[in-house]
Amino acid sequence: MTSVDLYRTVRLIRRFEERAIEFVRSGEIVGGIHPYIGEEAVAAGVCAALRPDDLITSTHRGHGHVLAKGVNPARMFAELMGRESGLNKGRGGSMHAADFGLGILGANAIVGAAGSIATGAAWAHRRRGRDVVAVSFFGDGAMNEGMLLEAFNLAALWRVPVLFVCENNGYATTMPVAGAVAGSITGRAKAFGIPAFTIDGQDPEKVLAATTAAAERARAGKGPTFLECLTHRLDAHHTFEHRARLSYRSAEELSAGWSRDPVEIQGARLAAADRAAVDAEVEALLDAAAGIALGSAHPDPAAALEYLYASPEVMR
Amino acid sequence: MPKLSYLKALNRALGDEMAADPDVFVLGEDIRVAASNLTAGLFDRFGADRVLDTPLSEQAFTNFATGAALAGLRPVIEFQIPSLLFLVFEQIANQAHKFSLMTGGQCKVPVTYVVPGSGSRTGWAGQHSDHPYSLFAHVGVKTVVPATPADAYGLLLSAIRDDDPVVVFAPSGALGVREDVDFSTLAPVPLGVGRIARSGSDVTVVALGHLIQDALAVADELAGEGVSVEVFDPRTVYPLDVEGLAASVARTRRLVVIDDSNRSSGFGAEVLAVAAERFDLAAPPRRVTRPDGAVLPFALALDRAVQPGRDQLLAAVRGVLTSGGDR
Ligand SMILES: Cc1ncc(C[n+]2csc(CCOP(=O)(O)OP(=O)(O)O)c2C)c(N)n1
Ligand SMILES: [Mg+2]
Repeated sequence: MTSVDLYRTVRLIRRFEERAIEFVRSGEIVGGIHPYIGEEAVAAGVCAALRPDDLITSTHRGHGHVLAKGVNPARMFAELMGRESGLNKGRGGSMHAADFGLGILGANAIVGAAGSIATGAAWAHRRRGRDVVAVSFFGDGAMNEGMLLEAFNLAALWRVPVLFVCENNGYATTMPVAGAVAGSITGRAKAFGIPAFTIDGQDPEKVLAATTAAAERARAGKGPTFLECLTHRLDAHHTFEHRARLSYRSAEELSAGWSRDPVEIQGARLAAADRAAVDAEVEALLDAAAGIALGSAHPDPAAALEYLYASPEVMR
Repeated sequence: MPKLSYLKALNRALGDEMAADPDVFVLGEDIRVAASNLTAGLFDRFGADRVLDTPLSEQAFTNFATGAALAGLRPVIEFQIPSLLFLVFEQIANQAHKFSLMTGGQCKVPVTYVVPGSGSRTGWAGQHSDHPYSLFAHVGVKTVVPATPADAYGLLLSAIRDDDPVVVFAPSGALGVREDVDFSTLAPVPLGVGRIARSGSDVTVVALGHLIQDALAVADELAGEGVSVEVFDPRTVYPLDVEGLAASVARTRRLVVIDDSNRSSGFGAEVLAVAAERFDLAAPPRRVTRPDGAVLPFALALDRAVQPGRDQLLAAVRGVLTSGGDR
């Protein structure tokens, strides 16, 4: 994975999100989104360390995770727009993107829920003799969900090849970490005997290095690792906030965050011409993707409950 | 013929399916030593990777099973107490159940949740005595409540083989039921297909699980009075075998349901709603249930007072026979 590749991923995520926000404003995307702007280096660095057959679970703020794992941006835009050609055929939307062919077991809208799902999936693959690693992304808010702490225990106890990636962006909606987390975030993982590290989540190369080491450890049968990635959410918790204007953080704090913009941090590692070439490539890709999504069909209301059961034959 | 107990039938089904399909494994609390007997002998046969003794972390291990199912396995979870289903309602109703639709059919979640000892356990008080099958039916999770050993065997087998989440309630009042069984005839029982537990012509009594015994006893008693009671066992709460029930009611034109749920919005209420929409009845149907919002009190007489029982069923059947006129 080269510096250019990492830059392409952070840039792709940034521009995807900026365009998605525009589609929210124009009404093409209903229900809004949780923008990943500012946190791109985490997804880019983590997924760059993974193999195609490795697994991830994602969150409500998950567009970056799935783009970094390789989803087709056209199918992701289409999913956000509720189209039949979307990743989930328009049945999931922004908080639920899944692509099982790429090892994406789905984004989960319930904070803290996916850690145990990733743990079970990784355990199952190991039992079947595959050296697959699963990554579960979650926010600082999830550190107060008992179900996730239970998952840490199971994963450590059974040496499951799972990586717990905490995106500590300082807030759970409006609740600052200091107001919510007693003790420390890494201390909670360490209490279960899980090696836990705090890393700079704005620099994709640092995230890549830490994840590579953790994945190797997991593949070697040594169990889970916990990575606390310090990051900044530089846009709204959710696009509703663009109108609601909640006051919970200062302009200074936000501009300090922007001074560590992952797109700039990684972009500075590229020659100007290379960077411009990647930017153009990303724009062309997203132009085409948005066009495909906007042109694709809406699902048929008569099929609203299609896929409800995997064994539908017993239903009457 | 050898006798088979209901609990042994569940144990046998689980062991047979684990032997037949290496993707099946069971997890839960104290299952290595088989505290409930559901997993008796299985640890020695299949080992620690397929009989997974878990810490007391119901929410995580329920989602863990979902994850394992997404990765291709067929987990069976044993829950020690029926009310643990409340603790993991999110993990079943909001996670496992929703994966297929919300991913546009990309995956399946074939997890089976078994509660050996659902409903009143006689002397265990309110937090151990719930019977929440109606809740799972309401959210659309496939839900079965077998009544006999052969059905316990066959329905558990079908539940494990089904590609969706299925909750299997094994009522504590049914665990001790034994019947003569030719083991070679034990076979899967399809989900969603009821059975006539006793044929009759005057009134249909719908009962599930342990309440089948009460329904049959009441039918016996009324037979002495010249009343012919048909007992219909839907076996599956969801999906409900409406056609099977309709065929029975078409013969009897009278309907009583006995249901170990709280009255409001329970399974019995659903049966009556179906009857109101679809059946041509000679008399208003009745339901015998736990009271609205019931909590089972500890003292035995109080516990019994809150559960639906034979006397109430008898009264309800007599009621539908005398009302409506055109019998
Ligand atoms: C269990 C649960 N509780 C509450 C919510 C509502 N909610 C959605 S996102 C969110 C904040 C999550 O914060 P964090 O985990 O730090 O992730 P971030 O939004 O910062 O990326 C909340 C409270 C939810 N979806 N799930
Ligand atoms: Mg946060």
